Amino acid sequence: MANGTARARVAAGGLGRSAWAAAGALAPSRRNLYGYLFSLPLLALFAAFVAYPLYFVVTEAFDRYTYEVLFSDPIYVQTVVNTIAYVGIAVNVKLFLALLLSGLLQSDSRGTRFLSAIFLLPWAVPVLPGILSIRWMLSSQWGIMNLLVEDAGFPPVHWLASRWMAIGALIVFHIWKYLPFWTVIFLAGRRGIPRELYEAAAIDGASAVQNFRFVTFPMLKGLYLICTLLSMVFTLGDFTNVWLLTGGAPGDSTHVLATLAYRYTFQMGKIDWGMGVFATALPVTLLFIFVLIKKIR
Amino acid sequence: MSGALARRPWPVRLARGVIFAIITVWTLFPIYYMLTLSFTRTAELFRPGYFVAHPTLESYRFIVFQESVFVKFFWRWMANSVVVAAATMLIVLAVAALGSFALGRIRFGGARFISGLTLFTYIIPASFLSIPFFKIIGDYNLLDSFWALIAAMVTFASPYALWVMWDYSKTIPVEIDESAAIDGAGVFTVFARIYLPLVLPTLIAIGTYAFFFAWNEYLYAVLFLQSEEKFTLPISMGTFLTGDDAPWNLLMAISTVYAIPPVVFYYVFRRYLTTGLVSGAVQGT
Repeated sequence: MANGTARARVAAGGLGRSAWAAAGALAPSRRNLYGYLFSLPLLALFAAFVAYPLYFVVTEAFDRYTYEVLFSDPIYVQTVVNTIAYVGIAVNVKLFLALLLSGLLQSDSRGTRFLSAIFLLPWAVPVLPGILSIRWMLSSQWGIMNLLVEDAGFPPVHWLASRWMAIGALIVFHIWKYLPFWTVIFLAGRRGIPRELYEAAAIDGASAVQNFRFVTFPMLKGLYLICTLLSMVFTLGDFTNVWLLTGGAPGDSTHVLATLAYRYTFQMGKIDWGMGVFATALPVTLLFIFVLIKKIR
Repeated sequence: MSGALARRPWPVRLARGVIFAIITVWTLFPIYYMLTLSFTRTAELFRPGYFVAHPTLESYRFIVFQESVFVKFFWRWMANSVVVAAATMLIVLAVAALGSFALGRIRFGGARFISGLTLFTYIIPASFLSIPFFKIIGDYNLLDSFWALIAAMVTFASPYALWVMWDYSKTIPVEIDESAAIDGAGVFTVFARIYLPLVLPTLIAIGTYAFFFAWNEYLYAVLFLQSEEKFTLPISMGTFLTGDDAPWNLLMAISTVYAIPPVVFYYVFRRYLTTGLVSGAVQGT
């Protein structure tokens, strides 16, 4: 469904008739004039606050010295590993769960309607309350997670005190917070699959698994890919969740790109390094963005 | 569908029930915990329990009357958040209305280029631009000014707003524009008298989207607003993390007050927010 509208949009944008041309009221050159005039605020914002900042980042990418500094800093290397682990695991587990859950929520029973309603809460609650709540839950002395652990007869766990436990907590939070949103997206995608396909499959005696494999998945493949790329790009730039959950601790071992750039810039006063961190991630990011723009349009 | 469900064998229904129960607990637990803490007395804060033994509105009273150093500017912060969000909303509406009219109705030569730019802006992680953005704002001496934050919010919220409005405007037949043009209406007249009234339903949804986009922002707020009187609510909440002795019950009470308006909005407008772009990746991360 989503792809359909996107394709229709391209067709309309490229070839559709324009009201002004049809009425013969505006010559093409005048249309361009008005077109740019109406998009002027947008263009100005883009030039001043997207293109211009990006120019700084890109020029930083051509500075050899910045690379030498970053690549020889073990914290930078560790951060790249963290970011890949965080983005790779969190996004893929989340989207796979979202795909499964959207199937579960598709039926229209009373139970699913109740679940769909409360299920959206983590998405609707802003980031800060959610992450602060989780952070206190994981407090090793006063948090409820250790109360559970101790009541179950185990010694308390220092959740945020080791690198991979902290990153694990981050991944769990990410899934908690963003799973609902993507589930709703896939749900919309599933609702857009023509019923006739399932009816035809039923006539052929297809099982639930075969339905998924031969009807649902092929129809959702494009959407799933777009969502994966989009969510990966968004997550690649995550600052708030990491900063507020671990702040890079323990010992700067849990940074991701954005928090490391913040540390370099504001805690060490090295703005070049801060921009350099983003510059090193730019090639992959731009590649993803261009693939996405091509696919969405 | 529910008929089909009833016919399923009991192990399937049992498994379904168990999965639903797990999802419900998983979803609600952090929110339940936030509410629980907000009703906890300070004396009991460091004795964790599954329930609140003696629920109290003490934390909320502290906030409302600004009776703790942690919340001495609470109403100011709330007002700052509202001002930034409202200004973002108004400007985004103007930018998106003009832009969607240009792309969808005038359909000029540069439309494809401009729609590409908006998509690019929508997708690129805002944090990647934050440090040079900060530098630019510093060069213009706009640090600690609401305008800096508003500029960033407008830049990043406009693309999605534009796409939703553009999408909606396709349901309005072009014949309306045509007949107005034949009657001698100019481009501006058509925009103001015909286009705007017809896209009004989306203005409301998009306006609230932009409002809460700014309301929820943390990174750019922290970067740009530095003096305590200029803080927005998320910045003030982040400052609690600096001390070990922070009153978390108070923090959770602020969290609750802060979360209620967006929750109401997301529920009211969830249909608008999950259709649109790609299928509307509004605020996902």
